[in-house]
Amino acid sequence: MKYAFFLGCTIPARSRNYELSARKVAERLGIELVDVPEFMCCGFPVRAGDQPAAELMAAYNLCLAKERDLPLLTLCSSCASALTETAHRLSEDGSLRDEVNSRLAKVGLEYRGRVKVRHLARVLFEDIPAGRIRDRFQKSLSGLSIAVHYGCHYLKPSKIYDGFDGVEAPESIDRLVALTGARVVDYPEKKRCCGGPILPVDEKVALSVARNKLEDIARAGADAMCLVCPFCSVMYDGNQKSIEAEYDAVYHLPVLYLTQILGMAMGFSRKELGLNMNVVKTKKLLAPYFE
Amino acid sequence: METIDMDRADPGFQKELAEAPGGDRISACFMCRTCVASCPITEVNETFHPLRIIRMALYGFKEDVLSSDFIWLCSSCYACQERCPQGVGIADFMTLLKNMAVREGYMPAGIRVQQDLVKGEGRIYPIDDFDNKKRAKAGLPPLPTRCRDVAVLFPEKRAASGGE
Repeated sequence: MKYAFFLGCTIPARSRNYELSARKVAERLGIELVDVPEFMCCGFPVRAGDQPAAELMAAYNLCLAKERDLPLLTLCSSCASALTETAHRLSEDGSLRDEVNSRLAKVGLEYRGRVKVRHLARVLFEDIPAGRIRDRFQKSLSGLSIAVHYGCHYLKPSKIYDGFDGVEAPESIDRLVALTGARVVDYPEKKRCCGGPILPVDEKVALSVARNKLEDIARAGADAMCLVCPFCSVMYDGNQKSIEAEYDAVYHLPVLYLTQILGMAMGFSRKELGLNMNVVKTKKLLAPYFE
Repeated sequence: METIDMDRADPGFQKELAEAPGGDRISACFMCRTCVASCPITEVNETFHPLRIIRMALYGFKEDVLSSDFIWLCSSCYACQERCPQGVGIADFMTLLKNMAVREGYMPAGIRVQQDLVKGEGRIYPIDDFDNKKRAKAGLPPLPTRCRDVAVLFPEKRAASGGE
């Protein structure tokens, strides 16, 4: 199992904890990640203003994976959706493909065949038997209650994702977390967006969207949140303090990446999983699991 | 209740939208408000709701729609699009409107900054030596501090910023 590893923009600069823990977990499960230093932005951030530019960027990245004859693996849900959607559109729309190729020719590339794009969580859910993941575990996380946040682009738009998980009642990440022995806590509006994409437009609205979910999770009594996207982490982990200040609330809710949770069960250390880089402190909550 | 001034309507707008991907099914909207009920932004700011934008677009209020702050509040979460019983690609429609708005000269400052960075540098967060130092310290491989092909793919960006 070998993939071109697409880091995107946010992860290598701002979410090294996600990258670290993902590399550890992937290695432990025998998933080989090939670094491609030439990758650029997936195109998602420019889609709102300039969709053709976004598609050109996505196509460029898809070509680099194709050159190596590898499927592409992402950790960020927005990268997964931008790249998957462009791969779809390029397969369906010949005139778009011609247009993109005329621009790619300037850098000596041509988009030819479909490139498979996968989010790591989807690979763990779909392609690796649960028993094999469990076999790699060294400790149980029982006693920990975790609220899973799916975010939007991991699953949507559903037309590009071959129905690998349900949009209205998703379960892929819940099942992976449950393998560790942790309790998965349900809460209202589980599918609600983090608000991240509108942060550069209207910070107040974005933070109030994120706050709604933090309120619901706090009420449901979860110890921590589980995420699979660095944008969502910016909202819930990076901005949790600002939300607490703005709304005079106290959450102190640790926000963990799925790979940090799986990595804990696999016996990696706090440092190996980058837990020291999480903004909301995790030490007290997770101390019993690192003894 | 305000009177709608139909003199401001552009009768060609609906056709213009219908020909673009994302705008092709909006006339199928039968105003059930499932999109409104699903929207996480409406939940916190009731001045924004997708149905209003769709109706305004169908009436032909091109200028009002494209100059509106509302369209930029759509977070592209697809909750509405997934649930629309009429198969209207509402989130794709919002992306179409944003693209049209930019061509007409409307764009929030934050979005412009993001777009200029990505087209100019190839990344929202360009990697510098300090980032690579932190990456090395964490045991992560270094990344290039320059994006190889971005200036060739987006030469207009280079020209606009006067090159380097």
